Amino acid sequence: MLHLVNRSPFEERTIDACLRVAAPGSAVLLYEDGVYAGVRGTGVAGRLEAAAREMRVCVLEEDLAARGLQDAALVPGVHRVDYDGFVELAIEYDSVTTWR
Amino acid sequence: MTLTVEGRVLETDPEGYLRRLEDWDEDVARAMARADDIELDENHWEVLQFLKEYYEQYQLAPPVRVLTRAIAKRLGRDKGSSRYLYRLFPDGPAKQACRYAGLPKPTNCI
Amino acid sequence: MATPARKRFLWMSRRAPHGSVQAQEGLDALLMAVAFEQPVSVVFLDDGVYQLKRDQDPARIGRKNFCAGFPSLGIYDVHDIYAERESLALRGLREEDLLMPVRVVDSAALGALMEAHDVVMSF
Repeated sequence: MLHLVNRSPFEERTIDACLRVAAPGSAVLLYEDGVYAGVRGTGVAGRLEAAAREMRVCVLEEDLAARGLQDAALVPGVHRVDYDGFVELAIEYDSVTTWR
Repeated sequence: MTLTVEGRVLETDPEGYLRRLEDWDEDVARAMARADDIELDENHWEVLQFLKEYYEQYQLAPPVRVLTRAIAKRLGRDKGSSRYLYRLFPDGPAKQACRYAGLPKPTNCI
Repeated sequence: MATPARKRFLWMSRRAPHGSVQAQEGLDALLMAVAFEQPVSVVFLDDGVYQLKRDQDPARIGRKNFCAGFPSLGIYDVHDIYAERESLALRGLREEDLLMPVRVVDSAALGALMEAHDVVMSF
């Protein structure tokens, strides 16, 4: 399954809930304010790094750039994808869940 | 809506502000002014230049107070008044000059 | 006619810049207040500190770079601009990551700052 998270990790517990529940081998795509969770050096980086060892964690490049994070170092194991990569992920996984 | 300048067709909003700042050049400003029966002189250009620079830096149109202060600094205190600016741009320095400068319609209090 | 009383305003901005319109509405209202020459201080905390991140390029997602307007506050004689130290640290942001110089204050100082103002506007 592909999990979509677009909330800031510092304002809501959305990413926590997602990472707690998501099965190993699934994928998590962080977009909109969700991309803040993928940046290295924040208070949630440890949780993301642990998650990235068990599943595929990606951040949407366009949303990083919009927020001034185009050149930011990401949490180890977290990857950048562009819109095309987003579409490929959605095709690759059978089902998609948007966390609200 | 559109505005045709030297054979180029440019998109504008219903009030005649350019949709795309990058469509702007001096011919566009002249065409807009001519439609209002205004012939742009160096005093007009000085104001338009300031507006463009301010917008480029802050992504905002400057309030009239900031505009008059800047004009006073560049052109002398006698020109740094809203009366002077209204003489150049009778429909209001904010709205008319912003339009000639290719800026979007000011949404902030200007 | 009596001069209307001038109140000291504190603008408190707590939301990330592009996830909602709240941050931009905050700046619009702030510019309105300063146009009326009210004494205003501004503080960024929680996700609001992300508004100060330099090199934002929201054209990539079809939005306006309204945060470029914050450095214009100095023109209106708004110089008391603060960011909360704890909020910056939690998000891994350093002062050199910011688009303008601000005063970095800790939470306790922020509480005192709120007490020192008549009206606190939260965005």
